[in-house]
Amino acid sequence: MADIYYTEDHEWISVEDGVGTVGITDYAQSQLGDVVYVELPDVGKELAQKDEAAVVESVKAASDVYAPVSGEVVEVNEALADTPGTVNESASSDGWFYKIKLSEPSELEDLMDEAAYQAFIEGLG
Amino acid sequence: MRYLPLTDDDRRAMLGAIGAGSVDELFRDVPSDKLQSAPLDLPPFSGELQVERRLAKMAARNMPAGAGPSFLGAGAYRHHVPAAVDHLIQRGEFLTSYTPYQPEITQGTLQYLFEFQTQVALATGMEVANASMYDGATSCAEAVMMANRTTRRHRAVISGGLHPHYREVTETLARFIGFDLDCAGPDVKGEEDLAARVDDRTSCVVVQYPDVFGNVRDWTALAQACHAKGALLVVVVTEFVALGALKSPGEMGADIVAAEGQSIGNALNFGGPYVGLFATREKLIRQMPGRVCGETVDADGKRGFVLTLSTREQHIRREKATSNICTNSGLCALAFTIHMSLLGEQGFTRMAALNHAAAVQLADRLDAVDGAEVLNATFFNEFTVRLRKPAAEVVEALAGKGILGGVPALRLYPDRPEMANLLLVAATETNTPEDMDAFATALREIL
Amino acid sequence: MLNEGRATRPAADTAPVEEETLTGNRALQLEEPLLFEMGERDRSGVDLPEPPKVKSRLGGLERRGAIGLPGLSEPQVIRHYTRLSQKNYAIDAGFYPLGSCTMKHNPRLNEKMARLPGFSDIHPLQPESTVQGALELIDTLAHWLKVLTGMPAVAMSPGAGAHGELCGMMAIRAALEDRKDPRKRVLVPSSAHGTNPATAAAIGYTVDDIPEREDGRVDLSALEKKLGPDVAAIMLTNPNTCGVFEHDIVEIAKRVHEVGAFFYCDGANFNALVGRVRPGDLGIDAMHINLHKTFSTPHGGGGPGSGPVVLSEALAPFAPYPWVVTDGDTRRLIEHDRSARPFGRMKGFHGQMGMFVRALAYMMSHGGDGLRQVSGDAVLNANYIMARLKDVMSAPFPGPCMHEALFDDSFLKGTGVTTLDFAKALIDEGFHPMTMYFPLVVHGAMLIEPTETESKESLDQFIEVMRALVARAKTGDKAFFQQAPRFSPRRRLDETRAARKPVLRWRPPALPAAAE
Repeated sequence: MADIYYTEDHEWISVEDGVGTVGITDYAQSQLGDVVYVELPDVGKELAQKDEAAVVESVKAASDVYAPVSGEVVEVNEALADTPGTVNESASSDGWFYKIKLSEPSELEDLMDEAAYQAFIEGLG
Repeated sequence: MRYLPLTDDDRRAMLGAIGAGSVDELFRDVPSDKLQSAPLDLPPFSGELQVERRLAKMAARNMPAGAGPSFLGAGAYRHHVPAAVDHLIQRGEFLTSYTPYQPEITQGTLQYLFEFQTQVALATGMEVANASMYDGATSCAEAVMMANRTTRRHRAVISGGLHPHYREVTETLARFIGFDLDCAGPDVKGEEDLAARVDDRTSCVVVQYPDVFGNVRDWTALAQACHAKGALLVVVVTEFVALGALKSPGEMGADIVAAEGQSIGNALNFGGPYVGLFATREKLIRQMPGRVCGETVDADGKRGFVLTLSTREQHIRREKATSNICTNSGLCALAFTIHMSLLGEQGFTRMAALNHAAAVQLADRLDAVDGAEVLNATFFNEFTVRLRKPAAEVVEALAGKGILGGVPALRLYPDRPEMANLLLVAATETNTPEDMDAFATALREIL
Repeated sequence: MLNEGRATRPAADTAPVEEETLTGNRALQLEEPLLFEMGERDRSGVDLPEPPKVKSRLGGLERRGAIGLPGLSEPQVIRHYTRLSQKNYAIDAGFYPLGSCTMKHNPRLNEKMARLPGFSDIHPLQPESTVQGALELIDTLAHWLKVLTGMPAVAMSPGAGAHGELCGMMAIRAALEDRKDPRKRVLVPSSAHGTNPATAAAIGYTVDDIPEREDGRVDLSALEKKLGPDVAAIMLTNPNTCGVFEHDIVEIAKRVHEVGAFFYCDGANFNALVGRVRPGDLGIDAMHINLHKTFSTPHGGGGPGSGPVVLSEALAPFAPYPWVVTDGDTRRLIEHDRSARPFGRMKGFHGQMGMFVRALAYMMSHGGDGLRQVSGDAVLNANYIMARLKDVMSAPFPGPCMHEALFDDSFLKGTGVTTLDFAKALIDEGFHPMTMYFPLVVHGAMLIEPTETESKESLDQFIEVMRALVARAKTGDKAFFQQAPRFSPRRRLDETRAARKPVLRWRPPALPAAAE
């Protein structure tokens, strides 16, 4: 059973067996508008927590996607090259960006759980 | 004042609606000691007639290139532009329209940009082109920056045949943006071996085709050498008409073509405004600088065009933009497109053939002048002549006889005294046999 | 980065407007295919003579195979582009309430002067003795720019406003390097035009935000906390992008200079000040001027522009090549000068000469007194619009404004109508929409700059339409706005599709496989 955590930059990370799948939240995709392009990190890249990992572009906006935790990128969602709209349709599952092998699992303690994230976005108004 | 529609009655009524006593009150946020109480020390307003007189006087102090035989090139070329071009670009709907950010009411601009991009891609033999840049030199510098981004390397090799202004603009950006240039010395004979300079830190090699001395070289082998090391080939074209006669850079394996479009549709205008062209491969479009126009459909399913891939640009990426460019050279691109439309395949290739023929005939005449020697084995419409005397004084003397006889190499290479006797000479379809005879005769007298 | 997007394709339930004609044409609005869908190889719109036979010197690199360009006769080309022109809105045809763009009338005298052969038919590399009039023109324009701004020097070569910003910032960096005092940060307000941070970041600076006060102006005390010996420059627009004058500007300049930094001013809003306030008196070090904004050179559907940069004494030595000097009775063009410290060259040749002629014709036509009236009428027109709309719309910063009026979208709250929808409804009424979503510091921004060349009648008509649209929005009739525009040559376009699957050129249709 995977655990899901959230960041204040609207990324989610679903962790199972030391590997986290990272995407952006439904709130983030609705703010951006229709996603047209996603710039993914290279497989094998080492990321520190809060590093810029990817960029997601809509027609009128662009947003950095950061690394919620430190680790090594082990897989990226190549399907997004052909169908970037998946990020809009299915941000929390099929619209995932990359998978990262955690080097520092304790960093997950810095992140929010579902309830805390919901409260956070309500507070944004 | 003829451009200011408000009357004193209007102003009074408007101030009333605002609740201010005078226009000066609206400037109350300006520190009073910084507000000018009287007009600045400049001439007062003038009617059209007076302005025309003053400017006509200034214009009369210039010798137009069309006033006599003229053989100047070195990055700007005098061609014949059909009368229809200037009439069409002066239609208010083109001339006075804003950037097409509201595509529903600017399909005119957007469609001609789409046509322009297609024409540039076809002539350069590349897959895609953007909606134009400021000029060829800035286009060249942006091409190097794109190669750096794409390869993630920071060192470009610059041919000794690249126009010095283009190199200088690239050097300026290299200094401030932070990348390196390996610049070869001037390559008058077109013999340099650039492949030897390419290694796995090279982002690109920049060559010119034909080069600044007029030489025409096949860059296919160099393209392969670049690709073998993971570098890109950037081909610069300063005389677009050459593409009507020569194998295209795309066919040679160029990854980016950065060119000057002034030769088509645009007058000499003492150096500007011109129109930079930028073309590349489809897979690199997201690294391409500048505006670009794309096809789509509207709410009724009708084909339409929009500016697209805007996220590369400054108004969205801000500090992470691919470049700080905000505009293209719209009206000059329109002039280019219209001229190319009038030329068509037949006209463009014939225009190129006329240019080459003119240059060959001129070269033969000049070569026959004692004290003048054409150095090039190959050329399109421009070549280098070695003179018995320093080129700058010969050019002044020719100007005294009403002939604009070419550009002294020293004008572009002031630090190279060994080039003092070299003259860059161009001929286009606007030069007649009489022009060429006059040039040869005058040159004979001067030398 | 700008990270809030908005709707970029038409709503799925967009209803068609009227019955279609056979051709799809609607009287004077004609559907026009692409050139490539019309032309045939054998036609041409020019008659060129047969080239004489010569021995080729092309080195065996002759083009083999067709380029693929279509051929059309002159009547077809004229018709094609005439029809395209009819799909374009333009300042000649109507009002552009575009904040920050200064869409003023483009005088036709400018076009006539720019086409004098003595200006248009001169090659940039002719001997200087044959172009003294051109050098005089550049020098004269430079003089006007220096007097109007109160600055001692000007770099004429940048080809556009953003290019001018790059020039000014490069001069600043060059000056700091010359002092052996390279610095790291540049301060830019978040209300700034995107070119400002893009320029600073491009040349290696870290961009740091300048906080704003409630009234839209720079927060001086917060700015002071950010100033330090590692700040290279601040970049401010004045009046700022919210349309208000930074009345602390002299203090700001002082503090910036006290830490040894430079003050770059974005001159996009100079129309509010021309002839009345000299930015040099306010303490700036560099300012680019958009000739296509303040000085009426035409926008041309997206350029060419021109962005000369005025410079202070401290920065003047670092101006890029080339520049004009007077040597007794003659003028010379300096393209290389080892004794000077220019930072290099910014573009091929000397600058946008064609735009210089137009701008000078405009300046001469107005004169010092006329230009003063330009800023007066520009500011008056904007305040009139503000006064007549602020009761029904929402202005985040209390007046007076300068040459542009800023509104946000709070007046649309609860209606379901966005700034975008509201703007698209303006199109059907015969207006170009105002600037939308800029500056970023205000939600759903609508920035309106009328300029001085709009008559009161034109403004009154605009105001009436705006008030009517506001009233309609407030009834909650959001479908009306979401379906707009209805009557333009194209309705809302699918920009999402254009960005997901870019099609940037025409391609010949694939040929069917040959039958066996």
